[in-house]
Amino acid sequence: MSTNPKLRAGELAVGASREQVVAENLSRTQIVMYAGASGDFNPIHHDEPFATGGAGYPSVFAHGMLTMGLTGRLLTDWLGDGVLRSFGVRFVRQVWPGDTLTATGTVTSVGADGQVGIELVTTNQRGEPVVAGEAVAQLPV
Amino acid sequence: MADFEFPVDRTAILNFAAALGETNPIYWDEAHAKATPLGSVIAPPTFAVAAALWNPDAGLRGIRQIPKRSAPPAEKGAAREGRGGGGGSARLLHGEQRFEYHQPLRPGMRLSASIRPGRTWEKEGKRGGKLRFSETITELRDERGELVVTSTSVGIITEKAVEG
Repeated sequence: MSTNPKLRAGELAVGASREQVVAENLSRTQIVMYAGASGDFNPIHHDEPFATGGAGYPSVFAHGMLTMGLTGRLLTDWLGDGVLRSFGVRFVRQVWPGDTLTATGTVTSVGADGQVGIELVTTNQRGEPVVAGEAVAQLPV
Repeated sequence: MADFEFPVDRTAILNFAAALGETNPIYWDEAHAKATPLGSVIAPPTFAVAAALWNPDAGLRGIRQIPKRSAPPAEKGAAREGRGGGGGSARLLHGEQRFEYHQPLRPGMRLSASIRPGRTWEKEGKRGGKLRFSETITELRDERGELVVTSTSVGIITEKAVEG
């Protein structure tokens, strides 16, 4: 399977980490763009009267999958293209318009075969986690 | 649940990458992509969710009427006047998502999507009352039947609105 890695597994040590701001002052425009691109038109993500009315939220909020996609940018910008073997997250807190998100990846394992395990957490501007997860990448040894 | 075709094209990938604020040329620039070992534009890691655009049984569809089966399943959730019959719900949350990658997802692929239910379970939530969890597993395969991406989504239905 062809890949375009940015580094070798040997260049990563357990405990090495990298962080990246993946959204700054997240806009409703970006949330709407994501709705169109992903096909998820749940009005809770774009219809303010719906979100604040019967639904009882303070405003619309981002799709969890938008936050996951933003978190993925950390992985691909760090490790390369086409190198991921798995990527999973738990959505732990909503992301609101105006939030600034920082994704952090920490190396948890480096296999002799080049498989690298990464622990992920993305936090908002208050330092609260919004998603947590893990990924496995296949890198050249 | 559903089996349908998901034809992948560069415009869909461009739109998806743009919505993520991407700057990586691998998602749109053919000349750049051809000069890499990948040899073509590829899709971002979470692009498989865009299969929803081709799912004739998809919920959360806004006003879109196509593609849709001739006898559509009943809309669930808070489909109301002025909301476009979107099938949206304030009580259905996305709890977890996992992707397994088998090969790069490339424009030009005519993927076969197969969606099936996975496990279901219940838990007493701290803030949202009783929580019902259900897994949905989506397999995307290429024209030769080889797996491209396996997606596992965990939905949570809450009894009341949950604030983060």
